[in-house]
Amino acid sequence: MQETLSKLVEEARDALSKIESLADLDQLRVRFLGKKGAFTALMKQLGNMSPEQRPKAGQVINEAKQTVQALINEKKAALEAAALAAKLAAEAVDVTLPGRHVDIGGLHPVTRTLNRIERLFAQAGFTVAQGPEIEDDWHNFEALNIPETHPARAMHDTFYINGRDLLRTHTSGVQVRVMKSQQPPIRIIAPGRVYRCDSDQTHTPMFHQVEGLVVEENANFAQLKTLIIDFLRRFFEDDNLKVRFRPSYFPFTEPSAEVDIATDLFGEGRWMEVLGCGMVHPNVLRNVGIDPDKYQGFAFGLGVERLAMLRYGVNDLRLFFENDLRFLQQFK
Amino acid sequence: MKVSKHWIEQWTQPGWCAEEMSEALSLAGLEVDGVEPAAPAFKGVVVGEVLRVDKHPDADKLHVTMVDVGEEAPLQIVCGAKNVRAGMKAPCARVGAVLPGGFKIKKAKLRGVASFGMLCSASELGLAESAEGLMVLPSDAPVGEDLRVYLDLDDPILDVDLTPNRADCLSHEGMAREVAALAGSAYAEPYTLITPEAGFETAIQVAVEAPDACPRYVGVEVRGFNKDVETPLWIQEALRRCGIRPISLVVDITNYVMLELGQPLHAFDADRLKGGIQVRFAREGEALVTLDGQRRVLQRNTLVIADDSGPIALAGIMGGEATAVGDETTRIFFEAAHFKPEAIAGRARQYGLHTDASHRFERGVDPALPPKALWRAVDLLLSLAGGEVSRRVAVESFEHLPQPATITLHQEKIEKVLGMVFTGQMVESLLQRLHFQVEPIGVGRWQVRAPSWRFDIAIEEDLIEELARLYGYNRLPESAVHAPMQLGNLPETELDEQALREALVQRGYHEVITYSFIDAEMAQAFALNQQTVALANPLSEELAIMRPSLLPGILKALAYNQKRQQLRVRIFEIGRVFAQTEQGYEQPMKIGGAIYGSRAPLHWDTPVELVDFFDIKGDVQALLAAADMEADFTPAAHPALHPGQRAWVEHQGQIIGYLGQLHPAYYKRMKLAESVFVFELALPPLLQTRLPAAQPISRFPEVSRDLAFVVDRSVPAAAIEQAIAELDHPLVVQVQLFDLYTGDNLPADKKSLAVKLRFSSLAQTLSDEQVDAAVAQVVEAVQRATGGVLRQ
Repeated sequence: MQETLSKLVEEARDALSKIESLADLDQLRVRFLGKKGAFTALMKQLGNMSPEQRPKAGQVINEAKQTVQALINEKKAALEAAALAAKLAAEAVDVTLPGRHVDIGGLHPVTRTLNRIERLFAQAGFTVAQGPEIEDDWHNFEALNIPETHPARAMHDTFYINGRDLLRTHTSGVQVRVMKSQQPPIRIIAPGRVYRCDSDQTHTPMFHQVEGLVVEENANFAQLKTLIIDFLRRFFEDDNLKVRFRPSYFPFTEPSAEVDIATDLFGEGRWMEVLGCGMVHPNVLRNVGIDPDKYQGFAFGLGVERLAMLRYGVNDLRLFFENDLRFLQQFK
Repeated sequence: MKVSKHWIEQWTQPGWCAEEMSEALSLAGLEVDGVEPAAPAFKGVVVGEVLRVDKHPDADKLHVTMVDVGEEAPLQIVCGAKNVRAGMKAPCARVGAVLPGGFKIKKAKLRGVASFGMLCSASELGLAESAEGLMVLPSDAPVGEDLRVYLDLDDPILDVDLTPNRADCLSHEGMAREVAALAGSAYAEPYTLITPEAGFETAIQVAVEAPDACPRYVGVEVRGFNKDVETPLWIQEALRRCGIRPISLVVDITNYVMLELGQPLHAFDADRLKGGIQVRFAREGEALVTLDGQRRVLQRNTLVIADDSGPIALAGIMGGEATAVGDETTRIFFEAAHFKPEAIAGRARQYGLHTDASHRFERGVDPALPPKALWRAVDLLLSLAGGEVSRRVAVESFEHLPQPATITLHQEKIEKVLGMVFTGQMVESLLQRLHFQVEPIGVGRWQVRAPSWRFDIAIEEDLIEELARLYGYNRLPESAVHAPMQLGNLPETELDEQALREALVQRGYHEVITYSFIDAEMAQAFALNQQTVALANPLSEELAIMRPSLLPGILKALAYNQKRQQLRVRIFEIGRVFAQTEQGYEQPMKIGGAIYGSRAPLHWDTPVELVDFFDIKGDVQALLAAADMEADFTPAAHPALHPGQRAWVEHQGQIIGYLGQLHPAYYKRMKLAESVFVFELALPPLLQTRLPAAQPISRFPEVSRDLAFVVDRSVPAAAIEQAIAELDHPLVVQVQLFDLYTGDNLPADKKSLAVKLRFSSLAQTLSDEQVDAAVAQVVEAVQRATGGVLRQ
């Protein structure tokens, strides 16, 4: 018996060594361990043995059977591992090939700059106000203390629709609309397109401005200075940005100032004009029904393209409106 | 305005170099745009005296001269100028000199004759644009002196960009006043003007009919002066460096005095005047030929100087040709008047003119100036060309003369505006430096009277600006705004347009910004029956009409990029469009875009396919989805779009936009390559979104069934979805169209549309019977609505 079993185990071992697929392995399992297999046949012979021999013989058959079962399991695991390895090897990709749908556009640099300006002022509680681009003479000029024959009108090369209506030359008209509809305290910015009848290397007939307005009981020039300096340093992310105020003239502010900035980026000692500002002229407050004896205001107007050019190193204003994708793609 | 630093220094010596003066002026509100010397760079040019002139032996047009340049021996110089003559003095560039443009003077041989230098014309020295012959220097010019020294050509010329309020600085005297105030330097008139005591009585009478427009008119007649006297070089030089071309002695003197004092003067040829002078407004139908040779029909709002023949000058703007001073003039009438800004402002522009005189008068000229300026001009003329002067004719209306503002200034107001305390001593000394009269009228209060030349001072804030300006804006304090901490509103159903921009950017679009004005043809094509708005003064025909749609501009940008070899373009814009209505203008915000080229960027595993209608529709639907908004797509009648590939976008029964392929006719017209798809939507509806209202979700499994319906080809796919939606079956939770089939196995006029239906219940797991019953209802509803039958 022992000999028969040893032979059977050897035979199984030998057969297993030649197996290469899970299907063949299963056939082998049936051949040895199945219902009609070799071991089942041996077990059936136990009935012919004496009751004394039977337990001993049963035990040795079972041990041999377990040995074969273990050998089969081992082979199965090996075959499965090999199959998985082959599958994974077959599925390998070239990870350097480009992925799909890599296709993101971008915002126009003017929008990007406007967003930045709006977000900075939003932090200080400014809300955004809008106004029409076809504006009337009153909102664009008269209410802002620029009567018909004022020489300052010559500074605004105005596009006219007719004698009364025009394309706004600045976003300052929005402050008039806001102040007419709202009593102080007022804290707004008004971004948007403005138009001047002028076109050359450094002028485009359309460009963007952001007008800012604060009207409160105690708004003063010192606060205006702080706000502007703070804004410019935050905008350019440069705490050492040099900012200077020069007296200037706008009919709708008094005192008025223009603001220059300088950094090493622009070259030594080069000042760049970036905005105009001032205390709202009492005539303007009166024109919109705000008591200038009770309230004071300050306003500023900044050129968006100018800031964008300085911030991003754009050297030609006209690039903003040519919309060349090779330019736009640089702003992601 | 160009001002000479050395001229300014005749009144005051601040001890500044040109850069310091520029900086001080700029920081006081008189912006200096640049500083240049009075002549371009040259060196080695001296005053030469021509001693001998001989004909060149071998050249008809050349002369051989001997020129004294102050050295031991005269130089032999070959010269081709026609006006060269012995005894004249002219600039001489010696060997080694460098002329403007880097031209070096070397020893040379001209037709065999050695030449040791060059006699120069004004244009060769950059002192004139053109010149005939050598520059003639005065006979008293010191031989051998460096020309730059002799003519003061290193005088820094400041280009000052004056704001309209500072007309008082449109002269060297005015600039000098300002410089003295800024530097705190002494200020004094450079000469004492002598007013002639007596003179002959002129026959020229002056009548001012419009004293409110011309409250002061003074004039004198000058006769018997030498008409052949040329303008001395120092006046010519003074004019030249301020950008005024010398013309004739009398005219040059008027311009010189204007540059010196700021008062525009005019000289009439007295022999050509007919009768007396009147100052009045133009009458209907009157005309005048102005000095520039233009005949101008006058409007009645125009102040004129007239004689018995009619208008002879546009007051304060330009003289007339008929009475202009000419070469033969020996008797003139000098006019110095004060014209009020209101009477002049805008008038020059009305005639397409802008002159040195109108520029000053419309901003305001010191009303005290006319007598002073008049005597200054007379003094110059008499001293240079002789002659005799009449007694002064003066018509003055003191009640109409502009009065300098008298303003009460409060110390506390200064602090309120500037956020800084100005002491009484500061207030008084700063304002006095600017020639304001300051009189204390109580504690912290002053009565301040502006000088006659300060037209810009009207209210207390103007004085505060003067204080701030002189004190220095950059020395003023800074302080942050202190305000109550308040949270603002944050409406959740209002979408930021930024979200829509981002949605398109994520889909590969680049934002463009195009001009709001376009050409008439494109405006018409996209106007959709709206009335467009035209500019009265467009820059060009291409930029003449306010856009009724974003698309013409977007398509132009697309064409621009196609021309630059871009094979795939996706661009969009957000902005206003414009239309004229009976009530006024509509200026709504729109969002529009265009796509062209391949659907996807070039990729190794993606087939190259051109975009089609469903690409642009997908982009539009993405925008609608960003706004959580439902819309219907219905066939559109937009004339600029392809008739078979265009749709309106409807939301709650309103058309909010459209999309489709550009009409093939426009490809050629707009120089575009095919195929281009576009969309344009009204922005405001897209910015209204919904507040999410959460619904319960089922805990039980969902069941799905695919149904294919065979319908007539003319049945829109949306009809099936609509039929199912209208059934409103409680168990149907989702309907998705997933297949469209035409061809084999189907009649030619039929198509098959397949939908995936998902069923679910909040209460239970659905049984097959329940789902079958629901499917049957769906099939029946679709059949009823579309005639479609289930495909077997």
